[in-house]
Amino acid sequence: MTETVIKAPLPVGEALVIQKNRIAGADPKSHRLSIVTGTHGDELEGQYVAWQLARVLEKKKDVLRGTVDIYPALNPLGISTIYRGLPGFDLDMNRIFPGSRNETMYEYIANGIIRDIKGADLCIDIHASNIFLREIPQVRINEKTAKALTPLAKLLNMDFIWIHSAATVLESTLAYSLNMLKTKTLVVEMGVGMRITQSYGDQLITGVLSVMSHLGMLTEPAPEVKQPVVSTDGSVAFINADASGFFMPQVMHGEYVKKGQLVGYIADALNGVTKEELFSPVDGMVFTLREYPVVNEGSLIARILGGIEL
Amino acid sequence: MRRVKLFTIDALPYRQPIPVYGYRFGSRKKTLAVMGAIRGDEVQQMYTAARLVRKFSELEAAGTFAPDCGVMVVPCAGQFSMNVSKRFWPLDNTDINRMFPGYGAGETTQRLADRLFTALQGYKWGIHLASFYLPGDFVPHVRIVDTGYQDNEEGLDFGLPYLVIRKPHPYDTTTLNYNWQVWETRTFSVYSRTTDRIDEESAEMAADSVLRFLAKKGMLPHKRPESVLRFLTEKGMLDGEFPEGSKTKTVKEEKLVNIHNKAGGILIRYHHPADFVREGNLLAEIIDPYTTDVQERICAPADGTLFFAHHAQLIAGHSIVFRLIPER
Repeated sequence: MTETVIKAPLPVGEALVIQKNRIAGADPKSHRLSIVTGTHGDELEGQYVAWQLARVLEKKKDVLRGTVDIYPALNPLGISTIYRGLPGFDLDMNRIFPGSRNETMYEYIANGIIRDIKGADLCIDIHASNIFLREIPQVRINEKTAKALTPLAKLLNMDFIWIHSAATVLESTLAYSLNMLKTKTLVVEMGVGMRITQSYGDQLITGVLSVMSHLGMLTEPAPEVKQPVVSTDGSVAFINADASGFFMPQVMHGEYVKKGQLVGYIADALNGVTKEELFSPVDGMVFTLREYPVVNEGSLIARILGGIEL
Repeated sequence: MRRVKLFTIDALPYRQPIPVYGYRFGSRKKTLAVMGAIRGDEVQQMYTAARLVRKFSELEAAGTFAPDCGVMVVPCAGQFSMNVSKRFWPLDNTDINRMFPGYGAGETTQRLADRLFTALQGYKWGIHLASFYLPGDFVPHVRIVDTGYQDNEEGLDFGLPYLVIRKPHPYDTTTLNYNWQVWETRTFSVYSRTTDRIDEESAEMAADSVLRFLAKKGMLPHKRPESVLRFLTEKGMLDGEFPEGSKTKTVKEEKLVNIHNKAGGILIRYHHPADFVREGNLLAEIIDPYTTDVQERICAPADGTLFFAHHAQLIAGHSIVFRLIPER
């Protein structure tokens, strides 16, 4: 059943409406799971999950206990205009949480979203990467909340759990805000901006069903999930471009590489020369790889998870 | 005046390298640094900094700088965005003023923030000619972020109408102002009325406030030939003629009253920043975009001075139409 979470009037004959799909099973108040996505308008991987998960749960209503709320578009104007941020506001929506009822329209909307999700047993916040980078399916956890969240993250059927250091600026994210409100929230990153990778979506849906069984929201055995690699910042090596041009990858996303292996090069199309060759600084897996060919000096090319071998 | 190339932005394919210049005055001592435009829409901030370059040149030529006073002005570090009418970095829409203190081996805007911050570090005082994220006009003011390192009293030396003390939000921790302070530069953000269009009067007010600040610090006291005396007199900056600190009203940002609208539509504004209004005064109306019927009347909730006014003509509901400094 579609419900309105919060809305605000737009200038000319339209309203900004945040909606959710509420799927209720037996004893609907016993548990609540929130699946949210579409904070960044260019991230579409979660759209498939929202659609497919709703279909799967409809078929499992006889074994569903509690309520699942699916929020497919926290930033509907961004999705409809292919714009990552908040149209007309020029801010990243994931930097304005928990929002406020006494500030701007988008902060009012953000606050309404937080108040709606608050109190859920668990929230899963699904992101794709942006249009520039492709990511393997992973969960990202702030080190401040790692102890409580890592056991749940391991159930999500993801390839990788990245426990990253705390940064003050990240305190404005939806996940941080909800975790501070004692609503456990996991951030999933997978795929690439402006695209849908159905296999990643299916992988995550299996993980969601596993978590639901664990929470007692599905009265059926949990599906089998893969064991993710769990890592901290110290195991992650970054490769950034030192020249501008066009990136030509020489490895595959998810490939295991050796230290010193050529990851790709940056081409200068005007002069017909190679401006830079980029090598892996460690043995490991390419879990992030540049997707968009145009690069600036400093553009992220790849992230390698060290200490991983074939 | 010495023009120094601080670094070159050569980060995008098919764009020509752009040098970022600092204009230095007085001694080599790092007394004051002034940062102009960082974002691509900060035309007013670049213009204000450019006026400062001219004023400092005149003062330096007249021998007014104290021997131990060294000033640097950076008019613009946002050329790559400015030249293509973008507010943020053109490729990925990231904001350099959310990347400080920067990271030399990081992503593009982290690297640019790092180069800029390296050039701006070590100064006793730092002034950022800043813009705000809301589309609107301000009363010219100086703003201090309450980091625990700041000295609020120093903000009075600008002689601007208002000194606003802001408690930092999480996203403030990556701004130039915040990091300058953490790295022990006493930092102020000066806001004039506008951002993407030049407002001569408030640009002049902002530039003069920087000179007034420096004069108050005793950095413009020496050798006062007739031309300098005339200049300082015209600007009201002679000793004993400075605007007293008490004339600057100190306001804690959390005490500002946000005035919201409920309806969306066309905004018709009847009052402007700096207007004093009485409780109940009609400030603006929201009219129906199809019929011009009045949808909502926005009235002052209290006596006070308007500090901020939304300037876009189309307005969504739940926007901040005005910010008011309540009289009490």
